[in-house]
Amino acid sequence: MAHWQPTATLETLHHRAKTLAQIRQFFEVRDVLEVDVPVLSKTGVTDLHIDCLQTQVGGVIQYLQSSPEYFMKRLLASGSGSIYSLGKAFRDGELGRRHYPEFTMLEWYRTSWDECQLIEEVTLLLRELGLDCDTETLMYGDIFEQITGLNPYTVPLAQLQQKASSIADGDFSNESRSTCLDLIFSLSVEPQLPDGLVFIRNYPACQAALARLDKDETGNTIARRFEAFLNGVELANGYYELIDPVEQKSRFVADLALRQAEGKPAMSVDTQLLAAMDSGLPRCAGVALGVDRLLMQLLDIGDISHVMPFGHVGNSCE
Amino acid sequence: MANYSTNEFRSGLKVMMDGDPCSIVENEFVKPGKGQAFSRVRMRNLKTGRVWDRTFKSGESLEGADVMDRDMQYLYTDGEYWHFMEPDTFEQHQADAKVVSDTAKWLREQDTVVVTLYNGAPLSVAAPNHVELEIVDTDPGLKGDTAQGGTKPATLSTGAVVKVPLFLNIGETIKVDTRTGEYLSRA
Repeated sequence: MAHWQPTATLETLHHRAKTLAQIRQFFEVRDVLEVDVPVLSKTGVTDLHIDCLQTQVGGVIQYLQSSPEYFMKRLLASGSGSIYSLGKAFRDGELGRRHYPEFTMLEWYRTSWDECQLIEEVTLLLRELGLDCDTETLMYGDIFEQITGLNPYTVPLAQLQQKASSIADGDFSNESRSTCLDLIFSLSVEPQLPDGLVFIRNYPACQAALARLDKDETGNTIARRFEAFLNGVELANGYYELIDPVEQKSRFVADLALRQAEGKPAMSVDTQLLAAMDSGLPRCAGVALGVDRLLMQLLDIGDISHVMPFGHVGNSCE
Repeated sequence: MANYSTNEFRSGLKVMMDGDPCSIVENEFVKPGKGQAFSRVRMRNLKTGRVWDRTFKSGESLEGADVMDRDMQYLYTDGEYWHFMEPDTFEQHQADAKVVSDTAKWLREQDTVVVTLYNGAPLSVAAPNHVELEIVDTDPGLKGDTAQGGTKPATLSTGAVVKVPLFLNIGETIKVDTRTGEYLSRA
């Protein structure tokens, strides 16, 4: 007989429902507006490492959104003030114990804040959701150098490739700076992060994504980006947002060149986002948090499909 | 052979790596939210038995290895080679000591074993998990000593030496777990 039962226990689903309600309450008392932006859009994202799912609506190709970011930024530009979205996000090809092609993302933006203020609020939210653990903030450069002996901002590419090859036991001698950093960080640094809630700030410029660039105290160019790790697991990613439309456009173009070099399909640039930024995105900080991953940590569950009502896709539950 | 991409790596898949046939033991998907996806793969080299971790960029692929497991009957050894036969085609294969290795001590003529073929030639031989073998040498049994936990070494008909309870005697047949080399019961 077909396997029809849920993949999460009823107890887990109760906890899940309570967490969603608590999140909404957290923002309601802080006067942050909930926005349920569309999941379908004519444009996807240009990110080299995010593959959008696509479908057709009335014969026209549309993309399931990999995050609500572009719609939310258009709302911010229209004067919405601080907003949050709690809904599904979709990413093709991501399947594993901590990945699922459709997942629940909490994303919020605070106008006139920077990333340090937002880190405080992420901490507050997690405490309110029942997280009881130590918290610390580390600089990407410090923790990377402490564990690998290499300065991620200044180390020559060849040395980074050598380190990545040795960690992977494979050949990374032709890989980009960013790919080598991803590998070394994921395989060497993450497993050695302290337990509890750890924020990492000041990412290398090549991993800025949608964060603005800046200089740190020692003059390295860094991205005003942070990530939250909970017991070594990536939980949230945030920025002191880039608001310059010219810089934004040149990053999109650079993304497309990388996609082409890797033989990935071209994506159209979201011109409505660029137009909104032209008209003026307010100074703001934003963060996206994986709700399923948070539940895994809160409930000590090792497989993401076990915090979802139905997680049958793929091999983890068959 | 076909090529397999990292997203097709399942435990048990046989692939070629650095010129040797390998079996995928485990494949973990690793991806920073904004970053490159990787597959962290635990592999077993089927020639040497070595198990190690190797990380690939997701989407990379490896050539499949022509490796298959076959049930065969063990016929005999001539001292240099061990001879096996496929029961349906009567095709015979010979394997040297390197291939048979430790399994040799569990092989009883006529028993069915699993022979792993690589490009048509034996790569390894696996004994059944449980075998029944006769004791050909051991110290005399102690009558009535069935309750005590003591053991003594016993040599079996295939040459294997296992620890058995004190009450067993030459000529008795016992059941042994070949994975641990432990005595299970009288057969």
